[in-house]
Amino acid sequence: MTLAPDLPPVAALVVGVLALGGALVAMLGAMGLLRMRTFYDRVHPPTMTASMGLAAIALASIVTSSVLGSRPVVHEFLLLFFVVLTLPVSMMLLARAAIFRDRSEAYDASMAAEARAAAEEEAAALAAAQEEAAALAYRDRELGGDDDAAYGAG
Amino acid sequence: MSQAALGYCLAAAQALLAVALFMCAYRLIRGPRAQDRVMALDALYMNGLLSIVMLGIRTGTQLYFEAALVIALTGFVSTSAVAKFLMRGEVIE
Repeated sequence: MTLAPDLPPVAALVVGVLALGGALVAMLGAMGLLRMRTFYDRVHPPTMTASMGLAAIALASIVTSSVLGSRPVVHEFLLLFFVVLTLPVSMMLLARAAIFRDRSEAYDASMAAEARAAAEEEAAALAAAQEEAAALAYRDRELGGDDDAAYGAG
Repeated sequence: MSQAALGYCLAAAQALLAVALFMCAYRLIRGPRAQDRVMALDALYMNGLLSIVMLGIRTGTQLYFEAALVIALTGFVSTSAVAKFLMRGEVIE
């Protein structure tokens, strides 16, 4: 004995098809979340879950409670209305946050590359100056520089 | 007869939703970056909402509807808050 509402056959068929279809769409949405490559691809599948999956399952719930109560019970539309209203807002916020993060990361990377290039240039200049100083010192030592003139007499 | 068939249908739907929940949990754990995790959490609560509504269909009561509505409300607020944090946490640093 499985747990199920006692519905007439037609209503049972409608509820079963709607519930199974909605759950299938929800699972396809989750599968898309799993399989897509980039974040911007992955934004799309959960909206399928929240729009069509929720619509089908809410309709199944409406049919069930209306048939069981012998009167129209439509408060599940509230759920659908609210989710359809709010989901695009949150997804848009999230996608904008992701775009901002990607852009700032690329900017940081370019700034780091610039700083690295500048540091390399500076190191090259320093090495050239050191080489020149070493050459001058060698010349002074080997050819007999004027030490008194260089370091002061006495 | 139709009641038993409907019971199997609803059980299969619940199993599909459970699979969807596990997929979202995998993405939540594995997600390469923070925004992937936030989106996986969003999909996770949406699937949880659907399975609560499905439980309400199975038991034929109206009690679970309110829980689903509360999940929808808090889920929206939390996702927007975390998205805002992801955006501003980088700015202020």
